[in-house]
Amino acid sequence: MSETVIPYMVKPHPVTGIPNGKFGIWLFLASEVMLFGALFSSYVLIRTGMPHWPPEGGLSSEVLNVPLATLNTAVLITSSITMVLAWASCKMGSLPRFRLWMAATIALAFVFLVVKYFEYSHKFQLGHTPAHDNFYAVYFTMTGLHGLHIVGGIIVNSYLLGPGTRLWAKDREHFTNRVENAGLYWHFVDLVWIFLFPSLYLL
Amino acid sequence: MDAAQHEDVSKHMGQYYVVFVALLCLTAITVGVSYLHLARPAAITVALVIATVKAGLVAAVFMHLISERKVIYAVLILTAVFFAVLLLLPNLTTFEHHSGLPGT
Repeated sequence: MSETVIPYMVKPHPVTGIPNGKFGIWLFLASEVMLFGALFSSYVLIRTGMPHWPPEGGLSSEVLNVPLATLNTAVLITSSITMVLAWASCKMGSLPRFRLWMAATIALAFVFLVVKYFEYSHKFQLGHTPAHDNFYAVYFTMTGLHGLHIVGGIIVNSYLLGPGTRLWAKDREHFTNRVENAGLYWHFVDLVWIFLFPSLYLL
Repeated sequence: MDAAQHEDVSKHMGQYYVVFVALLCLTAITVGVSYLHLARPAAITVALVIATVKAGLVAAVFMHLISERKVIYAVLILTAVFFAVLLLLPNLTTFEHHSGLPGT
């Protein structure tokens, strides 16, 4: 059986002007905007319909752990620049540097999840599960879905750091494009957190 | 990788670091402002403006939207329109409720 070659994985497609993979990831991110958009819309609708938010009184910033969330914001921002540096290292032809920055990106993603684990377990100890009230239902749904995206990013980035690097020897440009696409996804996950953090913790 | 591409990327490295520091500063500002306990409309406006600026920096520089192809802009404009509809349409029901208009 002859090998099927997917066209325009490296060269730009004549119609779009970009490789198909990049176009695909942007369309995927557009669908992600609608996914998180639906949750943000529901959040606004639920919140505006409540006499007080959080329902038990106090402020979101008093109920949730702002210092830990601020730390996590800094962690994600840092992981965004390490991701850019991983891609830039590919562009500049250095696989060892790519490995270094990609490993840092994955490590920071794990740090984010560990911090989130401490936040969640503290809430569970207090009996503040998603079933507790609308506030915690919204909090766990939105941060949980975002956390799943972090896990997804770790899987993709780990593949690119591990077995995925085989492509580097065969086709550097194709590999660099894959890193760029994974980066676009990763920055989007950072971008979602940039809105989640103030809306859930600070307002 | 050819030399031109190498040079092209290394030119942008400074920009990446500047955006990184700006994002950290804006995070500190948004947290700092939250401790001022501003009135609700002002607090929401400040937090969302800062978040939008941060998101803009990430999208423009880290995601290279500043120098992207038209087809990506077209996809994103369409997404922004549908996002606005998604956000506003369900919430118009509460607007009607609060304003006493029929339909709720």
